[in-house]
Amino acid sequence: MRLVIARRQDVPGWLKLVSPLYAIALTLLSGAAMFAALGVSPTTGLYTYFVSPLTDAWALQEVAVKATPLVLIAVGLSLCYLSDNWNIGAEGQLVIGAVFGAAVAVATHGAPNGPWVLPAMIVAGMVGGALFAMIPAILKTRFQANEILTSLMLVYVAELLLDWLVRGPWRDPHGFNFPQTVMFEPEAQMTRLMDVGRLNISAPLALLVVAVAAILLARTLKGFEIRVVGEAPRAARFAGWDPRTLTWTVFAISGALAGLAGVVEASGTLGQLQPNISPGYGFTAIIVAFLGRLNPIGCLAAAIFLAVTFIGGENAQIALRLPLDVTRVFQGMLLFYILACDAVIAFRFTIVRGDASGATA
Amino acid sequence: MDQAVGSAGSTPLVAMHAIVKTFGDLVANDCVDLDIREGETHALLGENGAGKSTLVKILYGLLQPTSGRILWRGAPVSLPDPKAARRLGIGMVFQHFSLFDAMTVAENIALALDDARAVNDVADRVVEVSRSYGLPLEPGREVWTLSVGERQRIEIVRCLMQNPRLLVLDEPTSVLTPQETGVLFETLGRIRAEGRSILYISHKLEEVRTLCERATILRHGKVIAACDPRTQTAAALARMMVGADVGAARKAAGALDGPVRLAVRGLSLPAPDDHGVALREVRLEVRAGEILGVAGVAGNGQGELFNALSGETPAPDAAAVVMDGVEVGRAGPNARRALGGAFVPEERLGHGTAPGMTLTDNAILTGHATHGLVRRGFIDRAAAQAFVDRIVAAFDVRKGARDPAARTLSGGNLQKFVVGREMLGDPGVLVVAQPTWGVDAGAAQIIRQALVDRALAGGAVVVISQDLDELFEIADRICVMFNGALSAPAPADGLSREAVGLLMGGHGESNARETQPCAS
Repeated sequence: MRLVIARRQDVPGWLKLVSPLYAIALTLLSGAAMFAALGVSPTTGLYTYFVSPLTDAWALQEVAVKATPLVLIAVGLSLCYLSDNWNIGAEGQLVIGAVFGAAVAVATHGAPNGPWVLPAMIVAGMVGGALFAMIPAILKTRFQANEILTSLMLVYVAELLLDWLVRGPWRDPHGFNFPQTVMFEPEAQMTRLMDVGRLNISAPLALLVVAVAAILLARTLKGFEIRVVGEAPRAARFAGWDPRTLTWTVFAISGALAGLAGVVEASGTLGQLQPNISPGYGFTAIIVAFLGRLNPIGCLAAAIFLAVTFIGGENAQIALRLPLDVTRVFQGMLLFYILACDAVIAFRFTIVRGDASGATA
Repeated sequence: MDQAVGSAGSTPLVAMHAIVKTFGDLVANDCVDLDIREGETHALLGENGAGKSTLVKILYGLLQPTSGRILWRGAPVSLPDPKAARRLGIGMVFQHFSLFDAMTVAENIALALDDARAVNDVADRVVEVSRSYGLPLEPGREVWTLSVGERQRIEIVRCLMQNPRLLVLDEPTSVLTPQETGVLFETLGRIRAEGRSILYISHKLEEVRTLCERATILRHGKVIAACDPRTQTAAALARMMVGADVGAARKAAGALDGPVRLAVRGLSLPAPDDHGVALREVRLEVRAGEILGVAGVAGNGQGELFNALSGETPAPDAAAVVMDGVEVGRAGPNARRALGGAFVPEERLGHGTAPGMTLTDNAILTGHATHGLVRRGFIDRAAAQAFVDRIVAAFDVRKGARDPAARTLSGGNLQKFVVGREMLGDPGVLVVAQPTWGVDAGAAQIIRQALVDRALAGGAVVVISQDLDELFEIADRICVMFNGALSAPAPADGLSREAVGLLMGGHGESNARETQPCAS
C-alpha cells in the first residue's frame, strides 16, 4: 500500500473557483464543532458570527469599514503573489502609511488650512507605504534576501516606530498621558458618507482600486507581464521583461495600497494614531487574497466575508462571552482549508496496492 | 514453458506480457510484449512519445502497469519499486542523471547503493569496477567538475556495482561526443562479453544497427515490429518507427555572397553563475540565405550564446552584436525583435512558453513586440487569437481544445507552435536552439524545412544543435562550441564528422584560435 500524489494535468477552471466555497463550508462545519466544544449552541454561534453582522444598518456600515482596508491591501498583495513576490509585511506597510499620513495631520494641527490636507495625507501615506515596501524588494533583487523573512520582520520595526511616536514626540499633551496623538482636525479626516456611522469615502475609493486592478490584470500588457513573471520567469525574460523591475513595481504598488489602508484607518476610522491602529488587517489580507483567488473582484467578495467575521467576533464577545481569539481561529481555519482544497484540486491522491500482479487483466 | 529459475535455453531472461499502461485517457502502452534473452543486446526503438520510457519505467518498478505480467526467467514477479527491480538484477542508466553536484563520485554512488557501505570501501570498488570496464573515474572528484560523459560513467558504474543481469540504457548517446560514444560502445562490449543482457533505448538508427542483435519497435504505444536491425537498412527502420517515409529537407542553395545580416564580434561574457560557462571571444557572421550550424556537446556555452544573441543577456559593448548593420549588443530582446530578429530557445516549457498559460497568451509572449497585438498598453485578444490561428494553420499544430495550455500539447506540436510564432513575421535573423529536440520525426521534418525555406527567402539562420545529423542535413557552414569558444566555421560539404567530433571534445581548440574564426 502506498500513497501516490500526482499533479492533475488539466484542472477545469470552475473547480478552482469553487474551491474557496468548499473551504468556507468546511470552516463552518469545524466552527460548529468548536462552538459545541466551547459549550455554545452551534446554531447560535454561527448565527452570531456570520448572520448578525448583516442584520442592521449600523453593522452593515461597519462591515464596509472593515472590508475597505482588507480589500485595498489584498489587491496589492495579489499583484505581488501572482508575480511570485511574497510580500508578507503589509501590516508594517500599513503602519508606516498611517504614520506618514498622520505626520501631515499632526503638522497642520491647529493651523488654519484648507481641503488639501486630506489628499496630502493620502499621498504621503501611499508614498510612505511604498518606500517601506521597497526595502524588502531591493534586498531581494540586490542581495537575493528572502522577501518573506525581510518583509515580515520589518512589520515589527514599523510597529515599534509607531509605538515610540505615540508615546513620545507625537503624544497628545492634553491626552491624560494616553499613548495617542491629538484627534485630527475635520479637514484631516475622511469625509463621512452617512449622518450616523463610520462609513466614509474610503469605501468607494476601494471599489475604484478594485476596478482599476481588475482591468490591469485582465486587459493590459503590464498585467500579463505580472502573470508571466510568476508563472515562468525565464519566459518573461525571453519576452523582454526584467523581473527585477517588476519586483520593485509590485512591491511599490502593494506598499502604497497598504499605506493607503493605513491612512484610511488613522484618519477615517480612528481619527488619530494609537499604538494598535490595525487588528491585523495586513495579515488577514493574505487570507483575503488567497480566498479571492488573487483576483481583485474575488478579493472584494473575500474581504466582505472576512469583515463579517470581525464584526461577528465582536458580537459574539458581547452576546456569547466568547474570546475575540475565536475570530482568529476562524480566519486561520479558513486559510488552512483553502490551501488544503487547492491541493486536493491540483493533485490526485490515490492509494495503490504495492502488488502490480494483482492488477493482471 | 515455466521452467525453474536458471534453466537457460529458450526461456527469456525477462518477458513483459501484454503490458497496458494508461494515464487518464492516454494509452501510453497498449498491450506491449517484450522479451529479452540472456546475453543479448536488445534495442527498443521508437519516436518520442511512442511509449518507450513508460515501458522501461514499468520494468524498473517506477511505474505500475494498468494490466499485464512480467516474468523473470519464466517466473511471474511483481516490481513495486526500483529496489525490487535491482534485487532481481535490473540496473538502469537514465537519460537525465540524478546526481548531487556538490558531492564526490564515491559519495554519489554510496548514496544509491541499497546496502549501507563506508564511502572509502565504495571508492575502492569504484576504481576496481571502472578500471575493469574501461570507464576511468576518480572517486574523489566532485560531480560538478565532471563532463556529461563522465557523469554518465558514474551512473553506469553505479549500476555495474550491483552486478546486474540486465542493464537498461535510456538514450545514452544523446549527450555524448562521437569519441565518448566510442568509449561507451567499448564498455558495452565488455558488459556483453560477461553474458549480461542490455536493453538499449534509442532513436539513433545507425547505433542500433551496429550494436544490437534484436530490436522491438514501438509506435503510438504498440509494438509495430520485432526484427534483427543488422539485416535492415536505416531507412527501413525509420519507416517502421514513423510509419511513413522520411524525406530529407532540401538544403539551402550554396550561394554565400549575400550581405551579412548577423555578426558577433569578439564577444566575451563572464559565466552567469557557478555552473555556467563564460563566452570567450566569440566571433561569427551569418549572411542572407545562409544557415550556420553551431555544434557542440551540451553545456559548452550554447545556452549562454543563445541568451547573448536573443538579448536576454546584454553584451558589455553595443558593437559586439550587429544585426543588419545596427549595433544591438546592449539592446534587449524586444529591440532586437523590432529589427527583425526571432529566437527559438532550447527549452520549450518555461523559456519559449509559459507552460500553464494558453496558446493565445503564449502568442502574446513574444508577439507583443512585433505583431501589433497591443494597443496603448491594452491587449487585443481578437488579434492574438487570429495570430494563433495563423500559426496553427501554417505549421499544422494539433491541439485538442480551442485554446489549450501550452503544457498539454505534445513536444512536437508545441515546438511547431513556438517555431511558427517566431517565423510568421518572416524574421531577417533567426536563432534556433535544438529545433527538433524531443520532437517526433514528422514535426522535425516540418521544422527543418521551415528553417531551410527561411534561408532561401533571404534570412540569416543560426541553428544551435547537438544533433550532428541535423546540422549536416540543413547547415551551409558548421562551427563547434567548446568551453565557451567557437571554432572557425567550415563549409558543411566536405567536412568530416570526425573533424567535428574532435572539436566537440576540445581537440583542435588552440588551432581554432589561431585561425581567427570567421575571416570571411
